[in-house]
Amino acid sequence: MSAATNLVALNTIVRREIARILRIWTQTLIPPAITMTLYFVIFGKLIGSRIGLMHGFTYMQYIVPGLVMMSIITNSYGNISSSFFGAKFGRFVEEMLVSPMSNWVILLGYVTGAVTRGVIVGALVLVIALFFTDLHVAHPIITFLSVVLGATVFSLAGFVNAVFAKKFDDIALVPTFVLTPLTYLGGVFYSVDLLGEPWHTISLANPILYMVNAFRFGVLGVSDVPIVTAFIVMLVFVVGLSGIALRLLSRGVGLRS
Amino acid sequence: MTTPALNVNNLRKTYGNGVEALKGISLTVEPGDFYALLGPNGAGKSTLIGILSSLVNSTSGDAEIFGVSIHKHRSEAMRLIGLVPQELNFNQFEKPFDICVNQAGFYGIGRAEASLRAEKYLKELRLWDKAHGQARTLSGGMKRRLMIARAMMNEPKLLILDEPTAGVDIEIRRSMWQFVSGINAAGTTVILTTHYLEEAEQLCRNIAIIDQGRIVQNTSMKSLLATLDVETFVLDVPSAPGVLPVLPGVVLRTLDDHTIEAEMSRSHDLNSLFAALSSHGVTVTSMRNKSNRLEELFVRLVEHGRENAA
Repeated sequence: MSAATNLVALNTIVRREIARILRIWTQTLIPPAITMTLYFVIFGKLIGSRIGLMHGFTYMQYIVPGLVMMSIITNSYGNISSSFFGAKFGRFVEEMLVSPMSNWVILLGYVTGAVTRGVIVGALVLVIALFFTDLHVAHPIITFLSVVLGATVFSLAGFVNAVFAKKFDDIALVPTFVLTPLTYLGGVFYSVDLLGEPWHTISLANPILYMVNAFRFGVLGVSDVPIVTAFIVMLVFVVGLSGIALRLLSRGVGLRS
Repeated sequence: MTTPALNVNNLRKTYGNGVEALKGISLTVEPGDFYALLGPNGAGKSTLIGILSSLVNSTSGDAEIFGVSIHKHRSEAMRLIGLVPQELNFNQFEKPFDICVNQAGFYGIGRAEASLRAEKYLKELRLWDKAHGQARTLSGGMKRRLMIARAMMNEPKLLILDEPTAGVDIEIRRSMWQFVSGINAAGTTVILTTHYLEEAEQLCRNIAIIDQGRIVQNTSMKSLLATLDVETFVLDVPSAPGVLPVLPGVVLRTLDDHTIEAEMSRSHDLNSLFAALSSHGVTVTSMRNKSNRLEELFVRLVEHGRENAA
């Protein structure tokens, strides 16, 4: 397919994904907003008021970037895994498989849809956060890039999960047993500098730590890890997971018998 | 020499569980043909269609759509095909109009053109009044017609219909065939699989019968039907017939007080049968074939093929 027709196909998938997000907005947009509001009230306001400054910021200010990034990660992952697995389960993924569309267009379309949901939810959570504390974005470009890259990494991971999934339980397992623990241990609620060894070193193996801190650096200007390292880690995951996802699509794993 | 619409060359498929679904299928479909691909359940028809539409990976062999290899130039080949699958495979929560427009989008057709085509085909398939409701609210027949409309969005040169009329009532079935016959007359090559053999007999010019992964017959419909040497007729009579006449080459049986069955060679003329019945005081009020002619041949060919394989 030519670049122009690929663009039309890509636009079609993205529009369909965004239409899906908006059609079921009570499932895609409202729950994360409610959950994060509770986090702000309980951890930020009630408990945070008893905690001192962290890297020179109030506890509420410190956890806002982490909670925004947590929303972006979980919603990007959840969007693509449920949407692509739903297409497999309902067999309408075949509409794309029988078309002349290239595999990379399918992948990019679903990832763009998932990143879009991550960004919408992240923006919603950020707006809610402004009711609780003042925030000034220190580095807008780094903030933007960390959001896009972080959402992309977990969109790709969610896509791989959906390709392998055979039943709906399979797309719930990874968020429950891998994503949630890694997110909570990824420096959302604390600075890993507070941890002693070996927990500090172990924490450095958690990819979410780099995403949370890249975003925190963008918003607050502070980070537990070097910002260049954080971006390298995210780029390595993007390249690696893209390669895996494209290989799976090319071989038709879970899609073509 | 024209390029065939479809040229399948020694196509094989062995599934991961060891089932050999296709054992080296080769066939050719000419452009503009209305081609029947028949076979019992599990014969390998859907596997063949799956490979042609890139939903199933072949183990070996190749196929060309209008000269374009489905393996070497998948994208270009897929652009030429429209598929109406056996199972419903659209998002039930989307609107028929959106389903069609999106399908066109996957083929790189812009939304303005896609919207025009969606309106055209949904109207032709009598679905326009349902175009903007949820697809799950459509009846079974409407859902089948929606899949035909969707398959037409890229205006394919080769349309493959995999049992499109399964479970559809007679009126809708006829309207579907009217539509498909129309697009075939306009130049689209059509490949049809169906279990309604009278449909295949009426619509198709050429036929392949596939069983246990092999082609057991591949010829024109006329040639195939000409091989049927014995036909069985059911004759309706007003009252219980007495002694039936004895005619060479004809086997007459009384089924009940109002029905006689006549099994006769095609070389035997019906006039002599009626004359003999008349001379025995038997009046025939109506008659019909006991079963569809293609059905008789189909059963024979499949059974014969299995005996040979055994």
